[in-house]
Amino acid sequence: MSFFSYAWSWLKQPQQWHGPEGIPVRILEQLGYSALALLVAALIAIPLGILIGHTGRGAVAVVNVANAWRAIPTLGLLVLLTLWLGFSVLAWLVPLVVLAIPAILVNVYEGVAGVDPELRDAARGMGMTPWQQIRKVEVPVAMPLIVLGLRTGAIFVVATATIAAYIGLGGLGRYIIDGLAENNYGEVAGGALFVVLLALAVQALFVGVRRVAVPKGLRLQGRSS
Amino acid sequence: MFPRSRFAAGASPLFTKRLGAGAIGGLAVLTSLGLAACGSSGGSSASSSSSSSSNPLSSGAAKGTVVVGSANFPENELLAEIYVLALQGKGVKVTPKFNIGAREVYYPQIQKGTISIIPEYNGALLTTSVDTSSTAATTADVDAALKSKLPSSLEILNPSSAQDKDSVTVTQATAKKDHLTSIADLKPYAKDMVFGGPPEFKTREDGLVGLKKNYGLTFKGFDPLDESGPLTLAALQDGKVQAADVFTTTPQIITDHLVALADPKFNFAAQNVVPLVYKKALTPTITSTLNDVSARLTTAGLLAMDKAIILDHANYSTVATGWLKAVGIKS
Repeated sequence: MSFFSYAWSWLKQPQQWHGPEGIPVRILEQLGYSALALLVAALIAIPLGILIGHTGRGAVAVVNVANAWRAIPTLGLLVLLTLWLGFSVLAWLVPLVVLAIPAILVNVYEGVAGVDPELRDAARGMGMTPWQQIRKVEVPVAMPLIVLGLRTGAIFVVATATIAAYIGLGGLGRYIIDGLAENNYGEVAGGALFVVLLALAVQALFVGVRRVAVPKGLRLQGRSS
Repeated sequence: MFPRSRFAAGASPLFTKRLGAGAIGGLAVLTSLGLAACGSSGGSSASSSSSSSSNPLSSGAAKGTVVVGSANFPENELLAEIYVLALQGKGVKVTPKFNIGAREVYYPQIQKGTISIIPEYNGALLTTSVDTSSTAATTADVDAALKSKLPSSLEILNPSSAQDKDSVTVTQATAKKDHLTSIADLKPYAKDMVFGGPPEFKTREDGLVGLKKNYGLTFKGFDPLDESGPLTLAALQDGKVQAADVFTTTPQIITDHLVALADPKFNFAAQNVVPLVYKKALTPTITSTLNDVSARLTTAGLLAMDKAIILDHANYSTVATGWLKAVGIKS
């Protein structure tokens, strides 16, 4: 049996779509964990990225540490925190935030630091305060990369939020872990399939976000170069 | 701006020109052969036992020696070490082959005689490898089923009273408060308790299904955690679950002061420690020595030894020797 025929044999059962353990509920849980983690990561990484991009200070140290962070095994961190802190929100939130921060931070920093020096000069010349420079020039110009960072982080988090199931929580990981434990490979394949579909949906969502957030001129410029 | 370099793929053109495609191909083949050689001869994991572990996949032992194998978890390695020392005490030549792997890996080996003896658990052996549809639960029934259905090259010796089986376990405080000694005592309290166990416990025959059928228990909720591992034990300690599936020889039963409730109706099938042997390797000395070991091994004794090796990181052979001495077997 192929992956898809396993998945189909499971998800075509109507009972998988109803009730508190049904597919719609699990998808919502997965999105819930991911949204919170992405929000917290963005609240940390965007201001930090803007700061080091604008001032240019500490960039090497921060970016290297953030990249080294990528090596942290998310599942290991989850189990460790659960044993230290008990079964609290932090136990699953921190590993997902740690996962998302490097993607967002590095892209925001690159975006802001990569703003054309002439533009910065012009802004300064016009008498803008640093805060105005950031708000009116640097962030809008860096928007394509900021959105890319958020998109990358979002996809990492949506796919990895499956680990929350390891400590007894919900989400699509529940199907993968329970399916493996019960040797129900249809459930495993179905869960995995929905994780992939969800990640693709998030990808599509961010294409829409880009359309809204990135100034039209930059979007057109990006297309023609 | 410079266009994306045509060297972007990675190999510098100078390198390629000097060595030529053929040389690079040769290097690649040599490297992969080298890696394959390393991969296939691997397998001897770090064993904390003092006996040497050779490659478990190489063919059988030298003539006249007996090969004692073990699965890849501490308790099983400890039991195998006890067998090795007891047999050596009787002058039997033994080759240890510890940490072979899961049952799927070592069972074919003992069937063929590549290993001669391995410590087993009668219930698990029966339902995983001998008769998957068996519903035997008591020690007597399981042993009878094994004796009649084991392949002709294999045999089990006498089972010990020591069992490493699933249980319904509660904290000491809960046991005291609700006066619990057996699973049956949970009946009035289960509806206010959340049960913690491995995910498959929910649907397993001897899991929630069996607890309801045999003891009439319906729990308030089920938390899918791990199989008697750190998450389940933490959940019991934190009060996230009030009862959990914990193996009866889990060391934390001692250190966390847990109470494994009695299972008079055999909801969980018996899992007595029993030597599984390759018939042709048996001698009367081996049979009597291992039966002697089994007769003296108890769940409490095994639990104490597991605590020593798992939590106190004691040396396996020191613990095994100590136990053999305490029960009066020469090693």
